[in-house]
Order: sequence, then structure tokens, then C-alpha cells
Amino acid sequence: MMKAANRIRIFEWLVTLPSFAWLLILFIIPALLVFAITFKPSTPFGGIGEGWTLDTLRTLSNPNYPTIIWRTIWLSMATTALCILLATPMGYYMARISPARRSLVLLLVILPFWTSFLVRIFAWKVLLHPEGMLKQLLVFIGLCAPDTSLLYNAGAVLLVMVYTELPFAILPIYAASEKFDFRLIEAAKDLGASSFRAFRSVFLPGIRMGLLTAFLMVFIPSLGSYVIPDIVGGPTSEMVGNKIAQRTFVDRNLPHAAGLSALLTLTVLVPMVVIISLRRTGAVDRALVEEGV
Amino acid sequence: MRPSRVPMIVTWSVIAFFYIPIVILVANSFNSSRFGGSWESTSLKWYIRLMGETDIWNALTNTLIIATIATLAAMILGTSAAFALHRFAGSRLQKLHYSVIYTPLVLPEILMGLSMLLFFVELKVQLGLVTITIAHITFCVSYVAMTVLGRLQDFDFTIIEASQDLGAGWWTTFWRVLLPMLAPGILAGGLLAFTLSIDDFVISFFVAGPGSTTLPIKIYSMIKYGAPPLINALSTILLVVTFLAVTISHYLTHRGRQTA
Repeated sequence: MMKAANRIRIFEWLVTLPSFAWLLILFIIPALLVFAITFKPSTPFGGIGEGWTLDTLRTLSNPNYPTIIWRTIWLSMATTALCILLATPMGYYMARISPARRSLVLLLVILPFWTSFLVRIFAWKVLLHPEGMLKQLLVFIGLCAPDTSLLYNAGAVLLVMVYTELPFAILPIYAASEKFDFRLIEAAKDLGASSFRAFRSVFLPGIRMGLLTAFLMVFIPSLGSYVIPDIVGGPTSEMVGNKIAQRTFVDRNLPHAAGLSALLTLTVLVPMVVIISLRRTGAVDRALVEEGV
Repeated sequence: MRPSRVPMIVTWSVIAFFYIPIVILVANSFNSSRFGGSWESTSLKWYIRLMGETDIWNALTNTLIIATIATLAAMILGTSAAFALHRFAGSRLQKLHYSVIYTPLVLPEILMGLSMLLFFVELKVQLGLVTITIAHITFCVSYVAMTVLGRLQDFDFTIIEASQDLGAGWWTTFWRVLLPMLAPGILAGGLLAFTLSIDDFVISFFVAGPGSTTLPIKIYSMIKYGAPPLINALSTILLVVTFLAVTISHYLTHRGRQTA
């Protein structure tokens, strides 16, 4: 018996080790390295020096940073809120239509998600460009003055972030809605609830796991946005990601880039831990319901 | 009470929002005007000029080589990871293994890009196509593992026992039973990994050395410093290729499910 148990144990390590060792060396160790290098000096040639220093921590208290961190958080919050606001009615609609039509809508939602990220951002740059179609249309209707710029501001960044992140909110909300028992809504209405009341008090709690996943899938990647503010944003809409890239490629100060990344990692960990613990309790709730308690 | 029309209106408006920028981009690629503001005449001149851009074709070659190697490596690592996660679910090792596989999926790309750059710099590894390939394998493993794990949930393990009862060894069972049954999941994971690798800009940009250009890095520098009409033409070609591939695979899997 003992031998068989040992063999199974060895087999478990054998199939676990390839991926586990790879990610340990190339994902976990580099992630820890970010924190260590924050306390290293930079060399004039853009490398990492010997010894330890608190220089990076001192420069991180630069008064520009709180503004940028605050902007990163509110732009990500706004993106997440808008995505969930749009994705929830979509999930509801997609769960209730015929399978053939649902397959078409699903394809239309997935297609942009598979197309090149840079191409989609570039498409918006063309559209919002001072000589682009949208600007000319808005000027023609009289909704905007000829000299206002649609590009290079926080509004453009928010718009394009919502555009690229929306599928990540739609898919988990749709998956949860598909499993939702719509007879519960009929029951609520029979008991006198209005459509909106039934939607709010029965449907939304019913798909809360999907809503939580959507939050996680949109909010956390948004915090690390860098390409979108870089292409359609300007100096007044820079996010933490832009600063990390500037320190890496422009000033070539790697310890400084590491310090900002460490800060971003800590910012990302907070919502992640909250959601994961919420999910745990959610899973417990569901298990209790299934057990009939 | 009539059902509300709001969900339907929101859905179709969002779909319009998804496609309007793409349609305008494609239309502009056939416009001979340098800026998309006015329509001069319909022409293929940007496509013809694109043919002569050897930089772009070199970058595309690099991208395809990296994506092929990264996908194959990720398919092997990811499948074995998914098997371990499913077969030994609940063990302490697998709980740790799962969080190591899951975290790269949600972590912002820029954090992964910078941390790997620091790692390569510390080890004094020459940055280039090799470091990009290693980075791509790292983020692709998780996607393959999750896709295969999804398929394993419906997998009937009694078939494995049956095969062993009938006298097949582990090796035979693996090649003749397990692998053929998991093939659709492994291929779906591989397809996802291949697409993500071809499209990756952020991580590649951080770990790329001078001269090692992939297609997204080339497109980025064109967007930042260069020729809009050429990107319109290039984007249109990319869009057509992905639209065809996704539509075909969508309907193939859909039909597969109906007959199953």
C-alpha cells in the first residue's frame, strides 16, 4: 500500500513540475525581484548597481505621483462601472433569445476580442483625429467647436478603455445569465414586482458571481493600462503604466520603474484578495443552497 | 406586462459601437487621401506600397516563428498542468499550482513585462527573439491550462480505468486514450495561445532587444511615428484574416456541439 501511495505522489510531482517550475522561475521569482530591485541603485548606463539604497522610495514621494495614482484608480473604476452597466442588460438579453440568434450575438461580441489590440486602438485614433470623420460630424451638427480636440485627453482614454475591456465584462455576465432560472423573474412579477424591481432584486443577485468575475477581469487589467493612454491620451491623462514605461525606455532608470511596479502590484492585490475571499463565501453560500440548508 | 426593450436596444447599440471604428478603418484603407477626412478616390495604392515594406514582412516572420514555438511549448506545459490540477485536485501542491497558473491571467501585462525584463537584465541575458519567446511561453501556459482544465471537467475517468483493466500500460493509455480525447481542448487552448502570442505588444516590447521586432512592435512604431494609410491597409489584412478564422472556428465548434 505504502509503495502505491508513493508512486502516485511521484506521478503527481512528475506532471506538476514542468509548468510549476517554469512559472516559479519566470513568473514568481521575477515578480519578487521587482520588490528587491526597488531598493537597488541605478547605474548611469541604465543597469542595476551594487548595494542597497532608499533613493527610489524617496523619489516616489514626488508630488506628481499621487495625482497619477489617483487618476489611474478613477479611470479604472469608471471603465469597470461603464462596462458592467452595459454588459448586464446584454447578458440578460443574450440569455433570453433563441439559440441561433444567441450564437450570432456571441460571435459578434467575440470577434473584436480576437482582433489585434493595437489595430482597435488605432481605429479610434483615426476616428477621433482632428481631421477624422467623427470630429467633422460633431462640428457639422454644432456639438463641438472646430478647435476642441477629441484626442489626447482623459475622455478619449476612458472611451477606448471601455471599448477594449467590454468583452471581458460581457462574457462572464452572459455565462452567469445563461444559468439563471428566468422563471424566478416570472414568479416575482406574479407576486406584484415591477419589471425593474424583479431585475434588481432577483436577476442581479442571481448573477452576482458573473458580476464579480466581470469586475475582476476589467478592473485589474485596467489599472495596468499603458498602451491606450500612450496612444490616445496626453500629458494630462497619463497613468501609472505610462510612468513605468517612461522610466524603463526613456530615462532607463530600472530601479525607479521597479518601485512604481511594486506600488502597482500592491494596488492590484487589494481588489484581488477582496474578490477571492468574497468568492469563497459565495461558493459556501451556493453549497448551502444545494444542500438544501 | 410586455418585456422591456431596453436590453435589446443596449445590446445592438454596443454591437454597433464595436464595429463602427473597424468599418471606418477598413473603408479608409481604400481611400487614396493621406488623412481619412475626405474621400479622394478609391484605390489600392496603400496595399501596393505595403508590399514593398520589407521591415513589416520581416517582423511578421519573427512573430510567426515566436508564436509557433511558444504555442507548442505552452500546449505541452499547459496540458500536463491541467491534468495535474484535475487528477490531484484538492492536494496542497495543486492549490499552490492553481494560484501560480491563475494569477498571470488577471495580472496587468505591464507588471509581467517589466518583471521579466528585470530578471533578464539581472541574469545578463541578451535581449532578443529568444527572450520574447520565453516570455510568450510563460503567459501562454496559463491560457492552455485553463482551456484544457475546462474540457477535463466533463472527462470520464472511468475510461482510463477501463483501458488499464484491459491491460494497457500508462504509455499506451496516454497515447491511445487520453490524448485523442483531450485533443479538441488542447487545440482550442493552442489556438488561443497562438492568437495571444501574435497579438502581444506590451510584454514583447519590454523584453525585446534592439533589432528584434515583432509585428505588433512594428505596428506600434508606425502608429507613433508614421504612416496612417499604410497601417489602415495592414490592419484591414489582419482583420480579414482573424474574422475568417474566428467565424469558421465558431461555427465548427457550434456544429460539433449540436451533433454531439
